[in-house]
Amino acid sequence: MSEQALIEQRPLTRLGGLGRVLRRIMREPLGALGLSLVVFVVFMALFADLLSSYAPTKLSPADRFQPASWLHLLGTDHLGRDLFSRVLHGGRIALAIALGATGASLVIGIVLGLVAGYGPRWLDNLMLLLFDALKSFPTVMLALTLVTLTGPSLTAVVVVVVLVSVPGYARIIRTQTLVLKSAEHVMAARSMGASTTRILAVHIMPNVIGPILILASMDIPVVVAIEAGLSFLGLGVRPPMPSWGSILNDGFANIRDSYWIVVAGGLPIVLTTLGFTFLGETLRDVFDPRLRGRG
Amino acid sequence: MLRYALKRLGLGIVIVSVAMMMLFAMVYVIPGDPASVALGPRATPQMIEALRARMGLDQPIWMQFLKFYTSAVRGDLGTEVLSGRQVLDVVFEQIPFTLALIAGAISWSVLLGIPLGCIAAVRRGGFVDRVVGILSVAVIALPSFVIAIYSLLIFAVALRWLPAIGAGEPGNLKSQLSALILPSLAVGLGWVGYIARMVRASMLETLEASHIRTARAFGLTDTRITYSYALRIAILPTITLLGVGIGHMLSSSVFAEIVFARPGIGKLVYEAISVRNYPIVTGAVLVTTVFFVVVNVLADIVIGALDPRVRASFD
Amino acid sequence: MTVLDVRDLSVDFATEGGTLQALKKVELTVPKNRIVGVVGESGCGKSTLINAILGLLADNGSVTSGRILFEQGQDLAHLDGAAMRALRGRKIATVFQDPMGALNPVLSVGRQMRDIQYRSSVSRKEKDARSVAMLRKVRIPDPEKRLSQFPHEFSGGMKQRIAIAMALMMEPSLLIADEPTTALDATLEVTIIELLKELQQQIGCSVLFISHHLGVIAELCDEMIVMYAGEVVERGTTRDIFHNARHPYTRKLLACDPARLSHRAARLPTIPGTLPDLRRRPTGCVFKTRCEIADGVCSSMPPDTVIAEGHVARCWHTSEALTVEATA
Repeated sequence: MSEQALIEQRPLTRLGGLGRVLRRIMREPLGALGLSLVVFVVFMALFADLLSSYAPTKLSPADRFQPASWLHLLGTDHLGRDLFSRVLHGGRIALAIALGATGASLVIGIVLGLVAGYGPRWLDNLMLLLFDALKSFPTVMLALTLVTLTGPSLTAVVVVVVLVSVPGYARIIRTQTLVLKSAEHVMAARSMGASTTRILAVHIMPNVIGPILILASMDIPVVVAIEAGLSFLGLGVRPPMPSWGSILNDGFANIRDSYWIVVAGGLPIVLTTLGFTFLGETLRDVFDPRLRGRG
Repeated sequence: MLRYALKRLGLGIVIVSVAMMMLFAMVYVIPGDPASVALGPRATPQMIEALRARMGLDQPIWMQFLKFYTSAVRGDLGTEVLSGRQVLDVVFEQIPFTLALIAGAISWSVLLGIPLGCIAAVRRGGFVDRVVGILSVAVIALPSFVIAIYSLLIFAVALRWLPAIGAGEPGNLKSQLSALILPSLAVGLGWVGYIARMVRASMLETLEASHIRTARAFGLTDTRITYSYALRIAILPTITLLGVGIGHMLSSSVFAEIVFARPGIGKLVYEAISVRNYPIVTGAVLVTTVFFVVVNVLADIVIGALDPRVRASFD
Repeated sequence: MTVLDVRDLSVDFATEGGTLQALKKVELTVPKNRIVGVVGESGCGKSTLINAILGLLADNGSVTSGRILFEQGQDLAHLDGAAMRALRGRKIATVFQDPMGALNPVLSVGRQMRDIQYRSSVSRKEKDARSVAMLRKVRIPDPEKRLSQFPHEFSGGMKQRIAIAMALMMEPSLLIADEPTTALDATLEVTIIELLKELQQQIGCSVLFISHHLGVIAELCDEMIVMYAGEVVERGTTRDIFHNARHPYTRKLLACDPARLSHRAARLPTIPGTLPDLRRRPTGCVFKTRCEIADGVCSSMPPDTVIAEGHVARCWHTSEALTVEATA
């Protein structure tokens, strides 16, 4: 969808009551599947300690390379660690990073977008140019550069996510702000001497927050993939901390003999990305069909 | 047409310049001295000082950037710290492998995505449409490295249909192609979904256009209207989409190259990181960024050539 | 001899809010070599009428009664897709309202003109020669060179002339012109109308000319029908309708035409009220909610009252005097 099409939009739908939202999602088969997957993944991560009987980092050389069994639901890895437990605890890290990094990107993106949209023209142009330039780095290449310089860490993962997603949010907020800036009620408020901060907070923010939240929910699987991908390359979460990506890495080294390790590492990534994507798609279709095609 | 192309090219040059500035700023702002990073923890202060001087790190920052920029424009991305080889030569050696991978991925996405999107649009609301819709969303959502690992596990390890590692024997096209199938599928599968969705949407929009009604009113056959009159317009956004997609495919190819142990830019950078070969990393990132921007400029120019309206709107 | 004879035609659309009756018992005839005008406000069913004739009704629309007899009595309302397509473009050609969007933007004009001659077995060169001859007829300068150009390289008026050239290329027996001049400015409108009239006489085809511009209809058409809310409320010769209108709606329509206002009005008169919701048609006369002389009898369906030979109005009160002129 072009920027022009966004400009032509009327004020966007705001999110309604939670109960109504849930009911409308459950009416769509894809939404129901997505929501169930998300609830399942979140539940497993929240109660990781209760659901698994092994510590995620406990080494047990005697139990190396055990295939899946009732004792070890997903088997064990090359160090004898229980994969089920590692997957559940890895889920905590994946979800925490997804929420944290998306939240940080949102805040920064909204601020930059408001500044670009409401500020002077030259600043707007400059920021657009910076966003375009930032977007022209392939994500993984950018991540690799950063990590080369800082060394692997959780912070590096978050910084990568922020650098990658801020331009997108900021651009949308900017466009919406430009539209609203000249809308009647904002003009009226301005003519009555309302301060810029007040106009941004009271008149513009509530109108732009709905669609941006939907877009952010659709970005969660992307963030999960970035974290898992970097950890798979050994550039994200550092061992022995459990992460879906590092489980994949452990399993990849032994893929010929112990296939279950990569299966255990990949499965939660598949479930999580599909779940959040199905949910996000449904949310968007139900509340804001006009965002279609911006994925 | 020429003016349009030049304008688009100018914008591309500005974006690359700003991107270079950012890359430079990133290297400069981030804590850690590139020289000591390169030499590792056991280097003596004298060694670090000598390397700093050789890399020009003792100069004022704007001098450093100017030197970085002007030499990059001349094609000089510096020399590898340890072997002393030209970075550009090292990077260019790997480019054909990555290009082959991306070309393969584009083939998958176009050959599967366009027909699927077209069928979904023609059978709008039907069973095929729904299945294509759900599958598109699913393959878009799945990370390429998971697809890479799982396809390696299934088709190379378990079924042994296709080779698991390498880029095939040099000079043997058949072995090179069979080594390309799985990695390019891993990179391109998500784009099959993107393209199918895009083609479906723009096809539906195009079929509503009044010139399609005109074509019907002149008694042209449905087949001709769908596949010649409408599809010709409906596939135009695909070119822009692929232009943007090249960036993502470059990212995915890093994973595909590592998983399938294929030579290429991604593998080069990954290995450069583990030995802290920092000029290779920035050099390769710069080359891929320029490549990405150039591809986007080309995509816009191709669109301009195919769609006379775009040309007109840019004037 | 008639080219098109529409009898008792009703068309329904299935919508979310229920069945929408877009056309109700429409009667109209287009004699050979004549130009018949169709007037009415937007939403009166003009487009549905065209689509029904062309067999291009949307998927949710269907003909529920009536016949559309073409030439020797082929019923277009019940023709299969292939047979209908064989008529479109060859026997029945159409010029649409929007000249900007009517041509495919990514194909050259020459290619599109060649494509519509696909039934002819002559060589590509001969087809192009035929296109050039047609373009010359509609007075496109330098037609050989223009053939390779794309639609956006032509002005709106030129595009509409190309559309007319395309429509008349196969020498159809019926040309449907759907508001072909609405999107153009007044001077262009005159030249297009003159061109149409000239070519119609040259080729000897009949024309169904849809417009909401009464002046154009008076200028161009031999006969006309007046549509309101999916019904033909009055039909007759152009002279009959303009000088002896009998349906209250026709009278109001004429009174509202700015060109016919006898004195300077401070503001243009309009007909009070709005079109009825076609999903819930009023019983009886469809115009009664906006009619000043409606009474109890109007609650039952009015008959098609014959006023003179070929002049028919669907109203109970065709003989009553109306005070419309006074209110205008």
